[in-house]
Amino acid sequence: MADRFSWQRFLAVVTKEFIQMRRDRLTFAMMVGIPMLQLILFGFAINSDPKGLPTAVLVADTSEFSRSFVRALENSAYFKVTMQPKNEAEAERLIAEGDAQFVVSIPENFARQLMRGERPAILVEADATDPTAVGNAVGALAQLAQTVFDRDLQGALRPLQGKPAPFDVQIHRRYNPEGITQYNIVPGLMGVILTMTMIMQTGLAMTRERERGTMENLLATPVRPFEVMAGKIVPYIMVGYIQVTLILLAARLLFQVPILGSVMLLYTVVLAFIAANLAVGLMFSTVAKNQMQAMQMTFFFFLPSLLLSGFMFPFRGMPQWAQNIGSLLPLTHFLRMVRGILLKGNGFLEIWPNLWPIGVFLLAVVAIGLKRYRKTLD
Amino acid sequence: MNDALAIDVAGLSKRFGELVAVDDLALQVRRGEIYGFLGPNGSGKTTTIRMLCGLLTPDSGRGTCLGYDVIRETRQIKLNVGYMTQGFSLYQDLTIRENLDFTARIYGMPNRQEAVEESLRRLGLADRQKQLAGNLSGGWKQRLALAACMLHQPRLLLLDEPTAGVDPKARRDFWDEIHYLAGQGITVLVSTHYMDEAERCHRLAYIASGRLLAQGTVSEVIQNSGIVTWTVECADLYALGAQLRGLPGISQVVPFGNQLHVSGTDAALLEQSISPFREQASCRWTKAQPGLEDIFIQMMEGADRHG
Repeated sequence: MADRFSWQRFLAVVTKEFIQMRRDRLTFAMMVGIPMLQLILFGFAINSDPKGLPTAVLVADTSEFSRSFVRALENSAYFKVTMQPKNEAEAERLIAEGDAQFVVSIPENFARQLMRGERPAILVEADATDPTAVGNAVGALAQLAQTVFDRDLQGALRPLQGKPAPFDVQIHRRYNPEGITQYNIVPGLMGVILTMTMIMQTGLAMTRERERGTMENLLATPVRPFEVMAGKIVPYIMVGYIQVTLILLAARLLFQVPILGSVMLLYTVVLAFIAANLAVGLMFSTVAKNQMQAMQMTFFFFLPSLLLSGFMFPFRGMPQWAQNIGSLLPLTHFLRMVRGILLKGNGFLEIWPNLWPIGVFLLAVVAIGLKRYRKTLD
Repeated sequence: MNDALAIDVAGLSKRFGELVAVDDLALQVRRGEIYGFLGPNGSGKTTTIRMLCGLLTPDSGRGTCLGYDVIRETRQIKLNVGYMTQGFSLYQDLTIRENLDFTARIYGMPNRQEAVEESLRRLGLADRQKQLAGNLSGGWKQRLALAACMLHQPRLLLLDEPTAGVDPKARRDFWDEIHYLAGQGITVLVSTHYMDEAERCHRLAYIASGRLLAQGTVSEVIQNSGIVTWTVECADLYALGAQLRGLPGISQVVPFGNQLHVSGTDAALLEQSISPFREQASCRWTKAQPGLEDIFIQMMEGADRHG
C-alpha cells in the first residue's frame, strides 16, 4: 500500500520546487520576464518581406521617363532611393560595402531609344548574398515594368504601350546569381556557431571556479584579474580558430561556397569577433552566481544575435529601432564581413566599417568585466 | 611595529548586511608559534582568516600581517602567506602534479620543477603524482592542499579547519608536520573544533559571535576561566544529572562515559548545591580540572546570554 501515489508526498515535492524557484530570482526573471520581452522585441522586429531597401540610382538620361521610373520604384515601397552615385566606380563601391542593396542604372539616350521603339535596357544590380532579402523586390520590379510608362506614352507614342514592355529590365543578381541559400547561410553559421560556443564556454569557466571553491584559492594568490581573464581567453581563441577552419573546409567542400576574398583577411578579422564573444562570456561569468545562470545568460544574448543580426531574417526588413539594437551586436557586423570576404571578395577597406564596431564592443565589454571581477570575496 | 609578531591586528570588524561577523577583534601571534583559533560554527573564524590574507577587506580596524598592512599591502601578504581553505579548493580535474605545477607558476617560482619534485617527495605523494586530485581520499586531499600552500615557502600559514573530516592517524601526521614547520620558524594560525588539537597549539584564542573571549596558553586559558568542575561516578547517572540541572551555581552537567562533569563559575555556590548529593553513598565525587571543552561551552553560552 505504501507504493501507492500519495498526494501528500507529491505536494511536498511541488511545494519544495516552488520555494526553490522563488529563491533563484534571476532564473525566475529569465523564465517569466525575458520571454515577454523577447516576444515583443522579436514579434515587432522580424519581417521576412523587407521593404524600403536602400537603392542607388545612376542616371545618365535626364528625361521624363527616367524620373517616372525612379518614382515608380519608390511607389512600389520595396525601393528607397537613398544614393545618387556620380559614376560606375562609386556605384560599385556602394554595393560592395553593402550600403546599397540595389544599383539601378539608366543608360544615356534611354528616352530617345524608347521612343524609337528600340527597347533600351535598364540595368538593376541586386546584392543577392541574402536571396530572401531581394526576392520580393525583384518580383515587384517585373510587375512595375509593364505599366510604368503608360501615362507618359500618350498620343503618337500610344502604340508603345502594352505587351511586351517598350524597354527591358536586366536584373543582375550579384555575388549569388543562382540565389543559393547555402551561400548565405553557411558563412553565417560560422558566426552563429562561434557566438554560441565561445560565450558559453567562457561563461562557464569562471562560474565553475566559484562553484567548486577554487576561486577562493585563486584569489588568495598574487594572480591579477587581467592575468586570469587573458589566461582563460587564449585557449578558447584556439578552439575558435579550429571551428573556423572546419567550417571553411565544409563550406568549400560540402556546400561549394565560393571563397573570393582573402582567407588570411578572414582569419584576421575573426580574431576580433572571437575575442568579443569571449569577453561577453567572461563578463557573464562575473555576474552569474552559478553555471546554470551563466548558461541562461548565454541564451539571453544568443537569441537576439540569431534573430536581429540578419542571420535568420533580412536585417533591412526590421524597423529602425530593431536595426539599431542589431547594430550593437558583434554577430551583425561579423556576418557582413564574412559574407563580404567570401562572396563579394571584399578587401580590408570594404570591411573596415564593420570591423571597428566589433572593436568598440570588445573594449566596452572588457571594461565592464574587469570592473566586475572582484579581487576579494567581499 | 613589533618584529616578534607575525600577526598584529586590532579593532578588526566585518559585517555582512545586518550580521556582524567579526566585532572589534584584536589578535597577536608571535613568530614561529602555532596559534590555535577556536570557536563555534559561524563565530567569525573564517572571516577573520580571510581578512588576514587579503581576501576580505575589513570594515574597520588596522594591523599588520608579517609586517605588511592588512588593508593596503594585501599583495605582499599574498606572496608571503600560505592559505589553506576550509573546503578542498584545488582543481579536482587536474592531477596532483599539475595542481602543484600550476600553483608554482602562479607564484612565479624561479626553480619550479625542483620545488614541485621536492614537495611531492616530502609529502610522500611522488608515486601518486599522476592521480587526479578529485579521486583522492580526504586525508590525501588535505596533504596535497598543505603541500600546495607551502610550495612558495610562505612565512605564515593560515589553515582553516584543515583536519575536518580526516581520520585520527592522518590528523596526527598532519599535526606532526605542522610542528615540524613551526620548528623551521614558520608561524601557523590554525582554526579547529577539536580540543585535542587545541592542546597541541602553543597558544590559542577562543572567539564566539565575532568577539574574542579568551586567549593564552592552554593552562592560562584554564586558569583564567574561573570555572570549577566536579566529576561524579554514580549508579544512576541520568537520574542524578536530571536532579542537578538547574540548581544554583551549576551551569553544565555533561555525561562523559561513566562520569558526569558538573561545572559552574561560582565555586562556593556550586559546592553548596552539590553537598546534599555528596552524602549519597553510591556516588563518588572528585574535584577536577575543567577541560577546554567545558570552558569553551561555558564561554559560548555566556556570550549568547550577553550578546
